[in-house]
Amino acid sequence: MFAFLANPDRFMAFSRWAAPMFGVLAGGLMMVGLWLGFAAPEDYQQGDTVRMMFIHVPASWLALFVYLCLGVASFLSLVFRHALADAAAKAAAPLGAVFTALALITGSLWGKPMWGTWWVWDARLTSVLVLFLFYLGYIALRAAMDDETKGGRAAAILALVGLVNLPIVKFSVDWWNSLHQGASVFRAEGPAMTNDYLIPLLLMGLGYMAAFGSLWLVRIRAEVWRRKAMVLALKAAEA
Amino acid sequence: MKPLVTLLGRELALAWSRGGGPLPALAFYAGMATLLPFAVGPEPERLAAVAPGFAWLALALASLLSLERLFERDFEDGTLDLLVLGPAPLEAVCAIKCLAQWLAAGLPLAFAAPLAAIALGAPVALAPLVFLCALIGGLAFAFVGGLGAALALGSRRGGLLIAIIVLPLFAPPVIFGGGALTQLAAGLPWTSGLALLAGWTAAAVALSPLAMAAACRNAVD
Repeated sequence: MFAFLANPDRFMAFSRWAAPMFGVLAGGLMMVGLWLGFAAPEDYQQGDTVRMMFIHVPASWLALFVYLCLGVASFLSLVFRHALADAAAKAAAPLGAVFTALALITGSLWGKPMWGTWWVWDARLTSVLVLFLFYLGYIALRAAMDDETKGGRAAAILALVGLVNLPIVKFSVDWWNSLHQGASVFRAEGPAMTNDYLIPLLLMGLGYMAAFGSLWLVRIRAEVWRRKAMVLALKAAEA
Repeated sequence: MKPLVTLLGRELALAWSRGGGPLPALAFYAGMATLLPFAVGPEPERLAAVAPGFAWLALALASLLSLERLFERDFEDGTLDLLVLGPAPLEAVCAIKCLAQWLAAGLPLAFAAPLAAIALGAPVALAPLVFLCALIGGLAFAFVGGLGAALALGSRRGGLLIAIIVLPLFAPPVIFGGGALTQLAAGLPWTSGLALLAGWTAAAVALSPLAMAAACRNAVD
């Protein structure tokens, strides 16, 4: 897969079709997921607010998943010095920051009716906030460099260092007992959730994933075009 | 080994000779401690509650101050090129630079931290732990901060950028040290926080020179 897409021409030909298809897939999955989410019965404790879960939980999954993508792309660009991997890392960071912000905002909106407060300084919330700061640091480092290749490589090192943060996000949940409930989907004993909730949640998760895939491809394509335009402008200036 | 010893001497001499050695960092620290009562109010109970945590956090901030010149000056005058080409492995060179940074700024701050905590009204029984946390955590701050300084080489806004990169990385050590301090203050077992802080510091000392060296090579070639 990586080897096939590493060729920029093949990547552009593939993403030309894949990006809109992922977009349509995302729209369909999210529509069905939201429909089922609203059709699901009210929770016996949370009432209607339990439906926040269908937009909040997938956003937090994506916040972590996009950072993983950013780390893998950074690793490939550092080791193989591949320009496309660097473009992919650059394109992923703002998307990840948005998903993280979405997770924080929807979580805060959910926290108000459930916990009676917009924000608590609990380990899990705080570590998602730290993840958000990581995205900001990555974006700031990239933006501050005059030399794009050097900036890209320095940012890739920072992204790999930041991967250390991901296990700490998980670890901190255990180290601190807190208001935030523990994991209830990915558990060894199986999900602690009825299918009424689980199915729309998984559909929404896949829908978010497809939306990210589509936006990611679009942004990588835009970055490739931007670089082509810059090369052409340099050539025109030299002539 | 000899080049590294020479380098350590040079780094320490540079840190101490110009700009008053550790004085600016200490003055910054004292200034922060003086402003704290103005900000939260002079009531002893309230001050005492936040004093250990404040002393610990202000230490993390003070250790950011001199990071900008850790690599930047060597980068500008070409010393860094020589160090990259020199006989000693670049990873060791970076580690020595961070070690010198800790000796010149972190150690004096570690002695100042318990004084600030007591002056702000923290119980004297907390002072040894504040010192220990500052001593161990300062080493982690120096190494992780050095990583930020190396990554920011060649950028337009050195100091601010270093802070943005490094502060989220400071989160785990600040949590562990702060956890140990609050637990001791509450009369609970506190060793796990300190052990986690020491473990994190060991990992930072072992791993960040690798990333620092990669960042330096990227900046000079």
